[in-house]
Amino acid sequence: MSHTILFENIDEPGLNTIDVYRRRGGYEQLRRVLSTMAPEQVTEELMASGLRGRGGAGFPSGKKISFIPKVNVDKYLVCNADESEPGTFKDRELMQKSPHMLLEGMVIAAYAAGATKSFIYIRGEYVEQADIIDAAIVQAREAGFIGENILGSGFDLSLVLHRGAGAYICGEETGLLDSLEGKRGNPRLKPPFPANQGLYQGPTVINNVETLATMPHIIAMGGAEYAKIGTETSAGTKLVSVSGNVRNPGNYEIELGIPSREIIFGLAGGPPEGREVKLWFPGGSSSPVLEPKDLDLPYDFGSLQEAGSMLGSGAIIVVDDSVPVVDVALKLAKFYRHESCGKCTPCREGTRWTVSMLERVDSGLATPMDLDIMASVQEQIIGNCLCVLGDAMAMPIGSMVKKFRAEFESHIEEARLRNPYGGAEPDPDPVLIQGAASA
Amino acid sequence: MIGRKKKQQAVQVPAAERGQNAVRDVPRPEPQRTVTRFGHGSRVPGWDDAADLTKDPAEIPDPATTPVDAALRAEIEAHMAKYPDFRSAAIPALAAAQRHHGWCSPEAIEQAACIMRLTPGYLSAVATFYDMLETQPVGKHRVYICTNISCSLCGADELMARMLQEVGDDPDFNVRSFECLGACDIAPMASVNDIYVGPVSLEDVPVLVEQIRAGTPPLPGKQLHLRRCVDPGAAS
Repeated sequence: MSHTILFENIDEPGLNTIDVYRRRGGYEQLRRVLSTMAPEQVTEELMASGLRGRGGAGFPSGKKISFIPKVNVDKYLVCNADESEPGTFKDRELMQKSPHMLLEGMVIAAYAAGATKSFIYIRGEYVEQADIIDAAIVQAREAGFIGENILGSGFDLSLVLHRGAGAYICGEETGLLDSLEGKRGNPRLKPPFPANQGLYQGPTVINNVETLATMPHIIAMGGAEYAKIGTETSAGTKLVSVSGNVRNPGNYEIELGIPSREIIFGLAGGPPEGREVKLWFPGGSSSPVLEPKDLDLPYDFGSLQEAGSMLGSGAIIVVDDSVPVVDVALKLAKFYRHESCGKCTPCREGTRWTVSMLERVDSGLATPMDLDIMASVQEQIIGNCLCVLGDAMAMPIGSMVKKFRAEFESHIEEARLRNPYGGAEPDPDPVLIQGAASA
Repeated sequence: MIGRKKKQQAVQVPAAERGQNAVRDVPRPEPQRTVTRFGHGSRVPGWDDAADLTKDPAEIPDPATTPVDAALRAEIEAHMAKYPDFRSAAIPALAAAQRHHGWCSPEAIEQAACIMRLTPGYLSAVATFYDMLETQPVGKHRVYICTNISCSLCGADELMARMLQEVGDDPDFNVRSFECLGACDIAPMASVNDIYVGPVSLEDVPVLVEQIRAGTPPLPGKQLHLRRCVDPGAAS
């Protein structure tokens, strides 16, 4: 059973214009918030709703806003629309079809946090969506929902749309802040956390598009009512992006806690005719993979964590049994190698060496011992970097080596028989022989 | 160094024993080395050129000697005015300069640096970080093909190969494989001059290339904005 809050009638023509959005009751919650509620009340509602961040980390959103110090400095609200986690495309659909929902949520969140300047960091590839948001900002400004003295409440908020230029790391919150400040998008050391020192060294709230777009609905329903949807620790609905080897890929809005099988088979139609699910990523390519036996897990933050994976951004990637697991691992490792910003050694070198080792597996040069080395490299990356990009490669690759070790080993053996020495001159290690000669 | 020597001794194998392994007698192709090497075996050209210490680092370009197109200047200045700190406009400014010049050429970076009152080095550092800012001359038609996991499960690698074959050595095309473009629902997909199209079948490729050459909308029936939400709950 899908539960529709964000996606309710999302395909209505013209929803991206302010007239249609307002006809559907849009910006009414903002009016109510500004005229009847104090910022603390908004934060309390958000806390009561149990809303957890929809970008990947799943941190309680109300708590995040409450961390902003109540001091008289410029505070910032940043919407993370960088959405570059492979497999995720939910924010794209929201921004393209209902940009005003996001803008309304942003003004509400900024009011709660006391922020006066806000930014949307959208990835550079989303040109069409950025143009739609740009037009929506102009409309909202003309209607007085953004700018100075919004709806006569005395609350000011500026909003700037910032287009990125193609870097996965800029979806990491501190990398995003550096990029927004006009630098290379390298992550920063935490603490200090952005809530204390973020954009331009000021207190900053960073939220995902979906999180912000949910806020007007929470205000409308009341936090307690919203918390009744979903499970105790994972309240509300979630947009899941199902892709890969399924019949009906796309975005689905589900109530958190429904069985994963219902999403993959019920909504997305399962793998193509005659194929079986081999493995699936429950939360984007950074989440440790799960096997078919895990298909009955409830899809919520707690259950997936207990199963050793994570809900992440809610992107389910299904891989069927026709695909070798080594190909999947190599594809992933190459992606993270390309996107590692190079600041921390474990990630920069670990991603590179993981690709090299996986290429050995594929070329016939590897031995099963390489799998142990590969697993140990993954362990060395996790937790040793400023951000979690390295972990994002290490966790799925580590889980694949662990869960599909037999297949890796048979792949090594097949490749060795098919292609001895990786198709190259067997290297009798010339360095060693020279050393032996001169010794 | 010491550890290395020890290792050498440990693996010494008598020459007579070498080559006795049956597998080693399989005829093998010549090893292929396609990596271009520069001084001292490095892959980086000019890495061992000494820095000229008598020269100062490049300074902020002088507006009097750096002519900048008025439209480009106005665009960059408008971007700078939007942010509390003007440096935030680095990416939009470089993107504008790239649109104007075709790529982030040294000239383009110098002009942007001149307007933003930053050193060209600062902007080069930014330009080299981001995938969409080109630091080499490229063709004017951008075709980004997503070859990340979801798309490659649906045949993006074949699509990429087919596209490269179809385009050949046409210098007007900038075909590159791109990391997840955020449209896995229309996999395999491509972003053609910023318009998302998909799913692109192999048969679509010649048509698509022809449309790009002619400057008409790419695959009008398969553009992303036409796609409706698949969630059954959304249609209520």
